[in-house]
Amino acid sequence: MNIHQISVFLENRTGQLAEITGILAENHIDLRAISIAETADYGIVRMIVDNTDAATAILLNAGYILSTTWVQVIAVPNEPGGLASVLKALAENSIAIEYMYSLFTHGDHKAYMVFRVSEEDKFVSLMASLGVAVIPAGELGIR
Amino acid sequence: MAKYYQPEIETASREQILQWQNERLVAQVRRVWDNVPYYREKMEEKGVTPADIRGVADLHKLPFLSKDDLRQAYPYGLLGTPLKDCVRIHSTSGTTGKRVVAFYTQHDVDLWEDCCARAIVAAGGTQEDVCQVAYGYGLFTGGSGMHGGSHKVGCLTLPLSSGNTDRQLQFMVDLGSTILCCTPSYAAYLGESIHEQGLRDQIKLKAGIFGAEAWSESMRREIEHSLGIKAYDIYGLTETSGPGVAYECEAQTGMHINEDHFIAEIIDPNTGEVLPEGSKGELVFTAITKEAFPLLRYRTRDICVLTREPCPCGRTHVKMSKPMGRSDDMLIVKGVNVFPSQIEAVLLDQGYPANYQIIVDRVNHSDTLEVMVEMTPETFSDSLGKITEMEKNLVSSLKAMLGIYAKVRLVAPQSIARSEGKAVRIIDKRKI
Ligand SMILES: [Zn+2]
Repeated sequence: MNIHQISVFLENRTGQLAEITGILAENHIDLRAISIAETADYGIVRMIVDNTDAATAILLNAGYILSTTWVQVIAVPNEPGGLASVLKALAENSIAIEYMYSLFTHGDHKAYMVFRVSEEDKFVSLMASLGVAVIPAGELGIR
Repeated sequence: MAKYYQPEIETASREQILQWQNERLVAQVRRVWDNVPYYREKMEEKGVTPADIRGVADLHKLPFLSKDDLRQAYPYGLLGTPLKDCVRIHSTSGTTGKRVVAFYTQHDVDLWEDCCARAIVAAGGTQEDVCQVAYGYGLFTGGSGMHGGSHKVGCLTLPLSSGNTDRQLQFMVDLGSTILCCTPSYAAYLGESIHEQGLRDQIKLKAGIFGAEAWSESMRREIEHSLGIKAYDIYGLTETSGPGVAYECEAQTGMHINEDHFIAEIIDPNTGEVLPEGSKGELVFTAITKEAFPLLRYRTRDICVLTREPCPCGRTHVKMSKPMGRSDDMLIVKGVNVFPSQIEAVLLDQGYPANYQIIVDRVNHSDTLEVMVEMTPETFSDSLGKITEMEKNLVSSLKAMLGIYAKVRLVAPQSIARSEGKAVRIIDKRKI
């Protein structure tokens, strides 16, 4: 149940993030999640939006450099140790996390987390065995 | 205190200097014609023979030599003597494909060291002095040239080479250095370190001879103030021997060119036409005494002005202004020659677009080089690790090509400024 994520190259300059989110807002694209990985000079903004294709076209048109990547979204129990138990299981099963971040939206007593991992199939079946729900795109209103 | 190292030469009459130049030029052209087929061909192409060159007035008939010629003739094509008579080489700083190797006979080294000695004496040097040579030793000409000059003057020579500031300061204090030879930016840096360490009272420096990079009058004042010295400029190129081709006297209003060894011309860089005295143009040197590497009409690409107005110091040799710029796009960064084309070659080789910008600055008296490269869809990846890795590879390739560290800055597409559709390739922020 992969979800499409957009990664955009950004220089570390004031206002860069405001500009990109502004462009999406003008075009009525709704952000579901956003995270930034950065060095001193540049960064990658990773986003999950409600309409990936439209957002991709708009950003390319605006001159941004981007790529799309498949990620997994899971519903982590929203209680002490909820995330820790998932991470522990991943470590025990030698699944490497490239990065992770959280979604704005969440379900009842659940926190939605985005994961980019080394072995997706193994990840999905591990989540199933842990009783952790992998969230389909439709449930998040993502086209 | 002797005012001149070779008074009979340094204060010779203009007539005498011209006579030396005429005789030596005629002999040199004949020698080059006989021994350097590369240049002989160039002369033949122009329809000139040694018989046409009867003195300095005929110099303009000779073909130019450029850095390109030096590369084409690399390594031995411009040798004026058999290799067995050569005793040394020097070379321009680590630039792949753009390297220049210059050869020296023992006689060449002697005359070169005389020129450096003239510069040291002009800066007040005598055998009572302690001369700290903080130019790099090795392929670079700065260290060995000033070292040899210092020996000739009879100074106690401290061959420290460049870098290792703590050691420089220790020797400067413990052995009471009175003359410092290094790049102006390093002199400024040493000045700062001396203040930071509170050593000002323990420093005995009186003069500094600084060259190998451009520096301004305001930088001179700053160095003179911080080190409590008089700061003298010196000029030279590996191609023409090294430092000492020209040097400043106490008047500090230009550098006397050693005209008994070099004939200087100013030309229009576009047409090659010789310009009248006092015009601003490209400096061209003809080496009339060099044996191993006898370059005739070598285009330095440095833009400057010559003046023969009498100098209060009593020297009669023509003076050149500080170089005011270049007639090509070469940059000198940390004393190293950098051509934008070299950077472009590395970028293309690594799959980057040729759209780049080079930013040179001087931070804490040290040159910095930054290359801005536009990110492309092909080079972009979702992994920060991969981008960082690419950046590292680019940095090490640039280092291998240029010989110095260049910071790489990956920027968004279309973010490099273009004026009239043409990208601005070089931004030099140094205030020099
Ligand atoms: Zn003078």
